[in-house]
Amino acid sequence: MRTLKQVQLGETVVVRKINGEGATMRRIMDMGITKGCQVTIRKVAPLGDPIEVTVRGYELSLRKADADNILIQE
Amino acid sequence: MAFRIALAGNPNSGKTSIFNELTGSTQYVGNWPGVTVEKKEGYLKSDKRCMIVDLPGIYSLSPYTLEEVVTRDYLLDGKPDVIINIVDATNLERNLYLTTQLMETGIPMVLALNMIDVVHKSGDTIDTRALSQSLGCPVIETSAVTGVGLKEVVQKALAYAESGNTGLLQAGFSKTTEKALSSLTELIADSVPPELLRWYAIKLFEQDEKVMNRLKLPATVLSEIQAHIKRTETEMDDSAESIITNERYNHITHITARCLVRKARIGNTTISDKIDRVVTNRWLALPLFFFAMWAVYYVSIQSLGDVTIGWVEWIFNDLIGANIARALGSIGTSAWLTGLVVEGIIGGVGAVITFVPQMMILFFFLALMEDCGYMARVAFIMDRIFRKFGLSGKSFIPMLIGTGCSVPAIMASRTIENLRDRRMTIMLTPFIPCGAKLPVFALFVGVFFPNNTFVGPSMYLIGILAIIVSGILLKRTRLFAGDPAPFVMELPSYHMPRLKGVLIHMWDRGKAFIKKASTIIAVASAGIWILQSTSWGFQMVEPDASILASMGRILAPVFRPLGFGFWEAAVATITGLLAKETIVATLGILVGVGEVTENDPNLILRISQLFTPLSAYAFMIFTLFAAPCAAAIGATRREMQSARWTWIAILFQTGIAYLAALLVFQIGSLFV
Repeated sequence: MRTLKQVQLGETVVVRKINGEGATMRRIMDMGITKGCQVTIRKVAPLGDPIEVTVRGYELSLRKADADNILIQE
Repeated sequence: MAFRIALAGNPNSGKTSIFNELTGSTQYVGNWPGVTVEKKEGYLKSDKRCMIVDLPGIYSLSPYTLEEVVTRDYLLDGKPDVIINIVDATNLERNLYLTTQLMETGIPMVLALNMIDVVHKSGDTIDTRALSQSLGCPVIETSAVTGVGLKEVVQKALAYAESGNTGLLQAGFSKTTEKALSSLTELIADSVPPELLRWYAIKLFEQDEKVMNRLKLPATVLSEIQAHIKRTETEMDDSAESIITNERYNHITHITARCLVRKARIGNTTISDKIDRVVTNRWLALPLFFFAMWAVYYVSIQSLGDVTIGWVEWIFNDLIGANIARALGSIGTSAWLTGLVVEGIIGGVGAVITFVPQMMILFFFLALMEDCGYMARVAFIMDRIFRKFGLSGKSFIPMLIGTGCSVPAIMASRTIENLRDRRMTIMLTPFIPCGAKLPVFALFVGVFFPNNTFVGPSMYLIGILAIIVSGILLKRTRLFAGDPAPFVMELPSYHMPRLKGVLIHMWDRGKAFIKKASTIIAVASAGIWILQSTSWGFQMVEPDASILASMGRILAPVFRPLGFGFWEAAVATITGLLAKETIVATLGILVGVGEVTENDPNLILRISQLFTPLSAYAFMIFTLFAAPCAAAIGATRREMQSARWTWIAILFQTGIAYLAALLVFQIGSLFV
């Protein structure tokens, strides 16, 4: 199963599940990345990390390490 | 009636602009008790009896960040009469997420649909009436820029405060979740006020530790609650926290489906996208960023900023200083009192005020970059580098501000959510040469390295290098061990900054510096002047027989391994604790050429007799790192909220200063 980290630039995917718990995961969910929502990979920072995604109509940046905890639907 | 109105909303929702518009200039800025989260209060322009509290900009009411906890506690314990929820209309879904949580506090609420002008321009439409019906609260379209709707928001808020009307339609969850919530509600019905039953039930379901500790429920009840949660989690194959968040967003999606119509966009090329494509471009991002930095620095410190220094010096020395000296002389004031006032206080404060225009220009540009949305991109670009040495991209902003003054820089560290990151940023930010250290460097460069163009800039490089090395080392210590802090950050759309907003922002930062000059520095300058012009027997003496000189002589041997083990340098180091720029003035007075600036020929001659090029460089290094000035130490204390951490910071900085200067002098001695 792929995670958000492995998604190609420009691709739009649907979130399946978010692994882990605690402050970071809650934060990611609070910012709108939840089960069933659409996420588009918009950009990768010039040095390769973090990434920028579009979620719920706005731009959010998160690190690849955290994106790796977000499972997506195929 | 006197009501208390709470202003709540997401960061970047225009909350602060609305607060400024509603309160005018009658604001009080302080801290929430016990934490370094800014608390702003003001009175309504139209009704001075009504107080408005500007709550921190937050995304949620989770227990994980200070800002969110402060807001929660205030809403539950402070019991404001009404909440004005500022919602960024261009970002409805995510903003309503906080709205649904605010509604659960049972406080009457009015929703301000802000930046509605931007929505209209983009071609989207929001059905305000449908939104109002879905939430059960009034929804008013506003724009802080044009002032549209603000009056109506206030009127509605006051009416709701008066009636205590809470016809709010709280978010509903799935059947399974609701079943669990109602079981929890029954269990805690006797322990919490009825209007907060649902709030507490939801928080307990989320296993919110702060709420659990607050309620102090008996163990039997707790284990029953746990059983309900476990059952639901198993049934839904998800964690309780995640269930609530998901279903809350589902509820919001239903609402926005009803009231938000997005204009179909071909591709996705708004102006914001186009700008972003260039400034965060793989190849262009870093060069553009460094060019922007250089341009800001060039204008504010070098070209325009440098010109202003002359003006301020003229005002203080020729205009104020000379005239007060004449006035005091004419009423027969004794020489020492005139000296204290003119040389001590006015000279000392003037030396500091000299940098104010430079700093204001610098802060103006930084505020501009922040308000237009570029700063968030800077953090995005730099995060990778900063994470390598234990900081986050957000640490970069305080360090940029630190090129002006450490005091507002340390204050700017507030935007870093993670406590460890924030502490480390506060500790390391003073390593960036601030405006006040520049004249010290300029003096020594002028005397010893007049033809070396790299000695001055080398201070920046060494400062940055020290931050990197310290970051890597500190991360390995017990104090800073742990997982890296999350970097989950909104990248707001670019927009034209408003001049008023930028100026307020600039002034907020500059104020900190001016306050320091007019209070601490004035007192300290007077103190130093007395110490350096009197003996232990309180007789007026030459500087080399003063109290300060004798203290310097005791301290001097400590600096011998660093190459500057004479009392003049030791004293200058002490006065440098008050304000770095006074080092130049102190050296001037001590070597007997009086109150001077860094390019006085007599001072240059005497300095070149005292120092060698090597010891001068070691002295510069020491000045760069040693404990910052009194005002910055004060800021450190305020932001750390801990005497222990303040001491750790001071000792660390001074330790690094001693070590680095020692290395430079000892290794350098082998070659020179």
